[in-house]
Amino acid sequence: MNATAGEVPVIELRGVTRILQEAVPVTLVRDIDLSIRRGEFVSVTGPSGSGKSSLLYLLGLLDLPTKGHVFIDGEDTSGYSVDKLAEVRLAKLGFVFQFHFLLPEFTVLHNVTLPMQRLGRLDDDEIHARGMALLKDFEIDDQAKKRPDQLSGGQRQRVAVARALANDPAVILADEPTGNLDMRNSEIVQGIFADLAAKQGRTVIAVTHDKDFADAAPRNVHLVDGRIDSDTRR
Amino acid sequence: MFWRVSIGIAAAQLSYRRRQTIVSTLGVALGVGFFVATSALMSGSEQDMVRRLLDNAPHITIKDEFRAAAPQPVFMAFPEGAVTLSSTKPREYLRGIKNHGAKVEELSQQPGVIAEAALMGQAIVRYASKDASAGIAGIDPEKERFLTTIEDNMREGSLMRLKTSSQGMVIGRGMATRLGLGMDDLATVVSPTGLVRRMKVVGIFRTGNLLLDEGQAYMLIKDAQVLLDKPFIANRIRIKIADPDIAEDIAAQLEARWGYRTESWQEVNRDFLGLFVIRNVITYSIVGAIMAVASFGIFNIISTIVMEKRRDIAILMSMGFRAADIQWIFLVQGVFVGLIGMVLGWGIGLVLLQMLGSVEINVPGLMDTQRLPLAIGFFQFGIGGLFAVSSAVAAAWFPARKAAQVRPVDIIRGAT
Ligand SMILES: Nc1ncnc2c1ncn2[C@@H]1O[C@H](COP(=O)(O)OP(=O)(O)OP(=O)(O)O)[C@@H](O)[C@H]1O
Ligand SMILES: [Mg+2]
Repeated sequence: MNATAGEVPVIELRGVTRILQEAVPVTLVRDIDLSIRRGEFVSVTGPSGSGKSSLLYLLGLLDLPTKGHVFIDGEDTSGYSVDKLAEVRLAKLGFVFQFHFLLPEFTVLHNVTLPMQRLGRLDDDEIHARGMALLKDFEIDDQAKKRPDQLSGGQRQRVAVARALANDPAVILADEPTGNLDMRNSEIVQGIFADLAAKQGRTVIAVTHDKDFADAAPRNVHLVDGRIDSDTRR
Repeated sequence: MFWRVSIGIAAAQLSYRRRQTIVSTLGVALGVGFFVATSALMSGSEQDMVRRLLDNAPHITIKDEFRAAAPQPVFMAFPEGAVTLSSTKPREYLRGIKNHGAKVEELSQQPGVIAEAALMGQAIVRYASKDASAGIAGIDPEKERFLTTIEDNMREGSLMRLKTSSQGMVIGRGMATRLGLGMDDLATVVSPTGLVRRMKVVGIFRTGNLLLDEGQAYMLIKDAQVLLDKPFIANRIRIKIADPDIAEDIAAQLEARWGYRTESWQEVNRDFLGLFVIRNVITYSIVGAIMAVASFGIFNIISTIVMEKRRDIAILMSMGFRAADIQWIFLVQGVFVGLIGMVLGWGIGLVLLQMLGSVEINVPGLMDTQRLPLAIGFFQFGIGGLFAVSSAVAAAWFPARKAAQVRPVDIIRGAT
């Protein structure tokens, strides 16, 4: 653990603008300054089309800014190669999307262990054990041998969260993780995210339409038209 | 480590699409199988034909000719002079190879060499008021047995009987039928200079080669010398050597030494040997075409997987897989299909060879049934396998690159 981790933001955007160069250029987000500290639980809200997903992709190094800089652990990522960006994503970031995006050919367990196998820090037995432990955390260890299409929507989303946590990332980025779930499953997944932040000390950034989910987070960033409209802490 | 991940993903994606994978693997396998079979047949028949060529004729023939006309004496006298001479005719000389006896003697000393002095000429064979023009071959029956397969192709009588009967000759079945000649009949043989002799048929052969069967008559060289009025002359030295592959070199040496035109079997059959090259080109083109079709199959399946898997590729990349990892996943799929196709293809090739090997061919006129000549070697299997794997990798290359170029954010932006 870095002694200065408390002071240096995990992710910081400075003057970030992202313009899609289409026939008519589309501005996704504009002049964003945003600093996220280690262990923060931030909800991102805003009307449809306000740029929430776009902001999340920039925070997660999936997309690159047209203007401005993204800092990870205080380091400017502007000059990073594609491979270096992939490496940072592999080790430090975990994504959860609205659709689970699990690989249909693989078992639930294998889906969760894939990022660990790619990273290669653990041996086979450790990977298996960690995979099973993650599934157990989300009470789906009994489904380990099944394929994703044999699971319910809520179970799949829990597998996706387990996969995002596989390499023990500092930051979890989620784009409407409960958007496709019914009330009950939605509450379960919400609870998981709250625990990730509160009990495991991870940084969680979650885009959501759900008022309850947004209110559960200590900090809320509200977007309108690609700009930060309000940034409130409770 | 991540190698194993790429291979694992590749295997999972292929086995998920079992039917398509099997079809494209079978495409490769058929290509390899047919290559193995046709290649074995082609090189088998090539070896067979070369063997026939070698058995039916001497390896080297020295002729009483020169490659270039002898230079005029005036040019030899004034090599530097500005001399022109028009309307000259090369000097006539008494045809025949000088000192052929000594040359044959010397050649025969070499281990594995059989040399025979022979006199070739033309004559007309006449019987019951029918004529046939014939090439006359004055030979030594003892040596002829080793030089050509005439003795093996005798249907009646034998070449050896030339030695025991006076004025005997051996003719082909075609000529015998045309003239109505049978064994021990006396035919009239007329030479170009007008000499007429009566000769007894002591043997009838049939080689299957029309030129020989209808137009060649064998006799002792001394009978030919009398008939053609060329006493003591031989105009051919016919040679068989231990290793026919070096015939060309030896022929060149002999020609350089004695000056007489000396032809190797390769030179005589140059056109024919050129045909083998063409046949090989055809074989490889056809197999190349089969493999190209198989490659399209592989290209097709992997392109389809890449198209269908864009979302999965994007998610793998968002997780932190690099472009190179993704490219490997799809290249490995090509290698899988190529390798499995190769092994299956070897199996198919073996089955095809088994089937080809059991085909029996009955050539009319030949007593014994023939089988297809097959040359089965590691060569065909190796080349076939190389074809399979390399075309599979080439076919996978383009879709794999395409997969590596996927930008995950584009896909994810579109999907959510
Ligand atoms: N591929 C694209 N081409 C053109 N415009 C796009 C594209 N993707 C997004 N946009 C536009 O960019 C803006 C921001 O989109 P984004 O997906 O970030 O919004 P969002 O806040 O996540 O919306 P939602 O709540 O519906 O998910 C929108 O106006 C959208 O129309
Ligand atoms: Mg969105």
